[in-house]
Amino acid sequence: MTIQPLLKMGWLKHFSFIYLSIRLSFNFAHCLPWRPDLEQIIVNGLYMGAQYALIALGLTLIFSLMNVLNFAHGQLYVIGGFMTYTVSVKLGMPYIVALISAGVSLAIIGAILEKFLFRPVIKKSVREESTMLLAAGVAFFLDSAILLLFGEKQRGIPKIVDGVFNWDFIIIMPYDRILIGCLAVLIVILFIAYMQYSKAGRAMRALAQDKVAAQLMGVNIDRYSMIGFALAAMLAGVVGGLLVSITGVNLGMGGPTSIKAFMMVMIGGAGVIPGAIAGGFILGMMESVGLTVLSDFGDITYLVIFASLMVFLALRPQGLMGKPWG
Amino acid sequence: MMQLRTKFFAAAAFALFLLFVVPMVIEISGRWDFYYTLTSVALLSIASAGVWLTFYIGRINIGQGAFALFGGYASAILVVKYGVSFWVTIPLAGLFCVLVALVIGFPILRLRGVYFAMVTLVMTEVARLTALALPITNGAKGISSIPLPGSISLFGVILVPDFSTLENVKLGFYYVAVVLMLLTFAGMYRLVNSRVGHLCRSLQQNEELASSIGVNIANLRLIAFSISSFLGGIAGAIFVGISQSIYPASFPVKDSVDFMLNCFLGGLGYVFGPMLGTLVNYFGWDLLFSAGEYQLLIYSTLLIGLMLTLPNGLLSIFSKAKN
Repeated sequence: MTIQPLLKMGWLKHFSFIYLSIRLSFNFAHCLPWRPDLEQIIVNGLYMGAQYALIALGLTLIFSLMNVLNFAHGQLYVIGGFMTYTVSVKLGMPYIVALISAGVSLAIIGAILEKFLFRPVIKKSVREESTMLLAAGVAFFLDSAILLLFGEKQRGIPKIVDGVFNWDFIIIMPYDRILIGCLAVLIVILFIAYMQYSKAGRAMRALAQDKVAAQLMGVNIDRYSMIGFALAAMLAGVVGGLLVSITGVNLGMGGPTSIKAFMMVMIGGAGVIPGAIAGGFILGMMESVGLTVLSDFGDITYLVIFASLMVFLALRPQGLMGKPWG
Repeated sequence: MMQLRTKFFAAAAFALFLLFVVPMVIEISGRWDFYYTLTSVALLSIASAGVWLTFYIGRINIGQGAFALFGGYASAILVVKYGVSFWVTIPLAGLFCVLVALVIGFPILRLRGVYFAMVTLVMTEVARLTALALPITNGAKGISSIPLPGSISLFGVILVPDFSTLENVKLGFYYVAVVLMLLTFAGMYRLVNSRVGHLCRSLQQNEELASSIGVNIANLRLIAFSISSFLGGIAGAIFVGISQSIYPASFPVKDSVDFMLNCFLGGLGYVFGPMLGTLVNYFGWDLLFSAGEYQLLIYSTLLIGLMLTLPNGLLSIFSKAKN
């Protein structure tokens, strides 16, 4: 594979896949008899991809640390959206305060979930799949808690910035989407830097690599599992807070969001951080291309995405960058 | 030998209880709605038994809803468009699912752990999208007003009467579902205690090791997955017969997750786990209906509590007592 040396180049590997996904969608679109608005598709794809990458990052972090498939991830995202809505609209605080409070409260929720639910069950159960039942139970619980606390209505917050960026009618993008997209990219970069250079980040990467060895080196598993879970929940909450300003948020979004996150993690490889980023951008790009190119054939974008995912996984079961067998 | 006989008697007693005592109790108490509930439990536990079998080979299957949907559509299309008898469509629906399982299973059964779980989960969602997109499934409108099953006669002797002439259709379906459930679990018990069952267990523990001593793991995985899908398909087909309609949203992701939860609830190490799990799950949910808006809250709290106290399933109480 010619791409392999490229991957080794540290930082670049995170972004080479973004480039690759853009390139592929370009090539794909060029094969068509008509010429869709490529630039627009790519900008939309990048914008969606940045959001998706953030969701997938959290899911993959939890998986790599604890081998738990967090069914409740989409619900955490929905709670983040509702928290942002409540703080910014109901309490009239500025948007950035609302976003931070959503992140903080979700981090607390994540830490509680890990400490009181996942940790004891992991220690007691014979087969580690048992945590999936727990995760599903937590997903149901959070769904009902959202219903009781925030109601079933679709909620949104007023636009943060007005105006539309218009580059000669080639790329048309509202300013708030650009802002949110950039914020998402910034958070992804911050997260990578945290995992790369901080003490906690190093400990978590060590745990993901080899639990026993990390423990022998004096890494406190309980402590860093909790930090990891809290961090993942925080990421989900922040994405919810970002997207509530554009698409709004409602109760039913939790499940489908989890499914999308699973797909991204599968594309990139479970438990690998650059893989989650790549998966997020690739799915965002595929969705953006599919919604434009396949719109004449009805609502089959996800059908096509899934079919290609199956073929891809048949050839490469561990995803782009995953360890074999997760 | 003695033990075998007691087991046989226990099974026979259980069958008699379901076929005669339960209907009698329902007649006396007049709670006719219980027929429908128990029929659903029986059918859901057939599908869950399939999921349990994939657990038995060490795969987490969250795609049974897709196969129930495929089976349901296969039966509905055969009955409505081609005029095939409903009873014939049940095995045909199962076989159709086996075909799908072989095609899909060949690539995806190479996946393990969460990868397999995630692929099957996505598959459930895709089955719904396929049903929405294909012309033969009639899109979001689905297929409705499917006729009730007709009669079966062998050499002029009517074995099963025409369901549209039945006084109590619910009782008819109850018998069908219970008989099928008993057959399914008898078959499962036999399978698990056979040579193939032991080989399946070796897959659950270590595939490489099993393969190294000459077990054909690829075939075995496909066989287990096909049986699982077959069970999902026939359960879906009978559900369609009962509700006389099917829509793309008939078996959503929630159902797939429920099939998996049933297995967990009962216990992954026990053949009859899915049966108990389905019963508890379904009735638990129904009983909590009176809690109104707090239904899901209480249900999920109980689920979490159960996980904290009995992470290895309800049936693990008995094995604990033995120890």
